[in-house]
Amino acid sequence: MESLKTELKNKIIEVLNLEEVTVNDIDDNEALFGDGLGLDSIDALELIVLMDKDYGIKLTDPKQGKEIFQSIETMATYISENRKK
Amino acid sequence: MQQFYLKKSTNLKSTHYISHLCKINASAIWVDNQLVMEAPGNLFADFAKLAYQKFEIKYPKFFKMDKLSKLAFLSAELILRKTVKDEMNKNVALVFANQSASLDTDVNYQKTIDDRNDYFPSPAVFVYTLPNICVGEICIKHQLQSENIFFVTEKFNSELMFNYAESILNQGKADRVLCGWVELYHEDYQSFVYLVDKKGQIEHSIENLNKL
Repeated sequence: MESLKTELKNKIIEVLNLEEVTVNDIDDNEALFGDGLGLDSIDALELIVLMDKDYGIKLTDPKQGKEIFQSIETMATYISENRKK
Repeated sequence: MQQFYLKKSTNLKSTHYISHLCKINASAIWVDNQLVMEAPGNLFADFAKLAYQKFEIKYPKFFKMDKLSKLAFLSAELILRKTVKDEMNKNVALVFANQSASLDTDVNYQKTIDDRNDYFPSPAVFVYTLPNICVGEICIKHQLQSENIFFVTEKFNSELMFNYAESILNQGKADRVLCGWVELYHEDYQSFVYLVDKKGQIEHSIENLNKL
């Protein structure tokens, strides 16, 4: 689980071009959107693509996305339980 | 096409001036004809990052922009950071143009949808598949809410740029106009962005624009 969280942080930094953010800057339970990491709606769409491309998980329900993308912790938990890749 | 552009205007006199000018090409930046940065041998993305760091821009969204937006943003930033500082002087319109529109990003986006077996269109790339987005990025950073337009023309059309800027100013739609040519495709890029103002050293004229 820890390695998945680190992998996720690296992927998010790369895919979302968070040039000035390092893995150590992202807390596992920090909010990804809003006051936390400050991601926006386009970033949310990129995270949906990332889930599909890298883990074979297709998200179609926006409400579901809101829960899954709360933090690295919630993302990692969902991926570990639902990944097809 | 608006009426003012149809008028023969090469002899029109302007009461406005080019107050500031920023040029970027071949890994170098000039502001008001002074070389302020040179970093030869860098790809544009690396050069843009070096410029971001050198000028202490502190705007993380810069790294999410496509290359055209970075070029326009940097060119505008080095002018606006010293000319747009408070609410009183944010009434700035933008008139930009280039030849290749957003082709560089269009090609990148196409790569994400070429292969039906590896079909992952990127939302973050897609949003930059219009050239006027670069103007929007400048407006967002500096909270400019005046007129803006982006022309796609084969080459820098000084008459069009002159007339459009003059029209905006003469109709009182903005106090100043930031104009620019921002051309980029792969590693070929060139920009010159200039501010048309009530005061300045260089008269705003078609002849002078052709010398930029």
